[in-house]
Amino acid sequence: MGAAASLANSTAASAAAAERKPARFALARRTILTPVLLSLLLLAIALITVMTGSRPFNQTVIDVFVRVILVVGLYIFIGNSGVLSFGHIGFTCLGAYAAAWLTINPMMKRGSLPGLPEWLLATRLPYWQSAVLAALFAALAALIFGRVLMRLSGIAASIATFAMLAMINTVYSNWESVTGATSSVVGIPIVRTIWPYLIGAVVAVFIAWAHAISRSGLALRAARDEPTAAAASGVDIPRERLVAFVVSGAIMGLGGALMAHSIGVVTPDTFYLGLTFITLSMLVVGGMGSLSGGVVGVVLLSALIQGLRWLEAGVSLGESTFALPKGFRK
Amino acid sequence: MLQILFDALSLGSLYALGALGIALIFGVMRLVNFAHGDVIAFCVFALLWPSTDAMAIVFAGQLPWYLLVPFVLLCGAGLSVLCEIIVFRRFRQANPATMMIASFALGFVIRYFLLMLFSSRPKSISLLPALSQPVEIFGARLPLLQLITIVTTMVILIGLTLFMRQTRFGLEMRAAAENFSMARMLGVRANRVIMGAFALSGALAGAIALIFGSQTGTLDIQMGASIMLMAFIATVIGGLGSLGGAVLAGFLLGAASVIMQVMLPIDARPFRDAFVYGAVILVLLFRPQGLIAARGTKERV
Repeated sequence: MGAAASLANSTAASAAAAERKPARFALARRTILTPVLLSLLLLAIALITVMTGSRPFNQTVIDVFVRVILVVGLYIFIGNSGVLSFGHIGFTCLGAYAAAWLTINPMMKRGSLPGLPEWLLATRLPYWQSAVLAALFAALAALIFGRVLMRLSGIAASIATFAMLAMINTVYSNWESVTGATSSVVGIPIVRTIWPYLIGAVVAVFIAWAHAISRSGLALRAARDEPTAAAASGVDIPRERLVAFVVSGAIMGLGGALMAHSIGVVTPDTFYLGLTFITLSMLVVGGMGSLSGGVVGVVLLSALIQGLRWLEAGVSLGESTFALPKGFRK
Repeated sequence: MLQILFDALSLGSLYALGALGIALIFGVMRLVNFAHGDVIAFCVFALLWPSTDAMAIVFAGQLPWYLLVPFVLLCGAGLSVLCEIIVFRRFRQANPATMMIASFALGFVIRYFLLMLFSSRPKSISLLPALSQPVEIFGARLPLLQLITIVTTMVILIGLTLFMRQTRFGLEMRAAAENFSMARMLGVRANRVIMGAFALSGALAGAIALIFGSQTGTLDIQMGASIMLMAFIATVIGGLGSLGGAVLAGFLLGAASVIMQVMLPIDARPFRDAFVYGAVILVLLFRPQGLIAARGTKERV
């Protein structure tokens, strides 16, 4: 509540003294340590990975970075607005398929996804361009859905986002000629180096930070803690929520595109309830209202999952090998 | 025409029973129980002997129906109460999002437990085969099972209404749903009411398991999930915490699915569910508090 009060104060202060620019930079200077430290943590993980040089470990860390992007995307909306959204993995799905459409070899695309428009069939972009376009595509979708959904609040909003996720999933698992229905779309170029994912995660962290200290982010957090007071002070809650929804939609789309490039295959069911619950639990375990919480939650839970996998495969200690019985994963 | 009506009613019955199971628990605990779908799956698999073979080894499924039905209902109720005692009791003071995540996790545990015992392959079973014969009513041929589904649901709903209105326990439960702390102060025992709600909700899951299992004839670990999703949506459209609303919305969703299946052009039929979910968003836009808003859930300033 103390944080809420100080936030409300700072909102009021920035509203009262909109002319006084330095106040804003003071806020930025005071809080910039968080994203810098988080980025250093991620960089450290990446460096350790590169130094060990083990391929499976490399892939694991890429997964971790992708999840960091997804969870940070979730945080931008859920953490700042306090509205639990089950629908964000839908934007990941949109982003992943957009990346697939843009990067698969045109020859293969003609065969497997004949329903795409001609200009899309002919294009083939490098992965980083496709990732940016995928993020923009997801942001556009978030803008359209958000215009409608952000009028709701509380549990009704959560259910409506759930309905949105189910809609996206239904469309993508049935639109044979454009998404290949439930069969997997293969042939997405796989990027195995760790750096693009690291850059993606760091960019996501900095965007989340910039949004959180922006006028819109502060207003949204004030509305999360005291909706009535915020509305009375002139915060347009649906509009601020929409801003956060679009920004987080773009990050989720970016995460989806990178995820597609990390595994090389996309199916609609990859981006459904399973991934939704895993990313949500990572956010909740870390602490729903904080950026560091989100990132640390991902790292912790991923380490736990990886640790259990190792135990499952068996760890040799001296003479004997310890292994968990099969079937205990997750 | 009559066929459509009966299809809608029987699908709606499933959704209504599921929604009721979720609404009961939400009423007393403000917990959205995502593990409900997995309780349904557990009840179905309780009929089999644990094995990972493709052939199902029927164990309890061979019991005569008058033993089979109570057995499955008890299974559901038992598992549900167990979940409450082991898991949800520790989360009474936690905020709703934390409880929701806890219920996901619990659902995962139940599902992977089943996976360990039965493997992920779908199994076929003929449960109560006598019920699949068609009967002729008013010139329409209907599977007997569909009739029984509808009749059973009606009986359960009427029974539950009587239970809620006429017995002391029902009264306590309604009081708890309306204002939990006030009810406690007036001498309603919290643990008893909450465990009662979980037991009822588990028994409802058992009922769904029986109906669904005998309708489809295949058992799949994932089978609870789709019903749970729809039931969950029905609970919210009906107005969270309102039992009547949950049932009404369950039937409406069933009707909407069946009607869209018939009315939509052939090309759009695979996307039926997308249209149903779109309708859900529309309903929420106009009535965010649900069709029948429960008292006491309104936010106060």
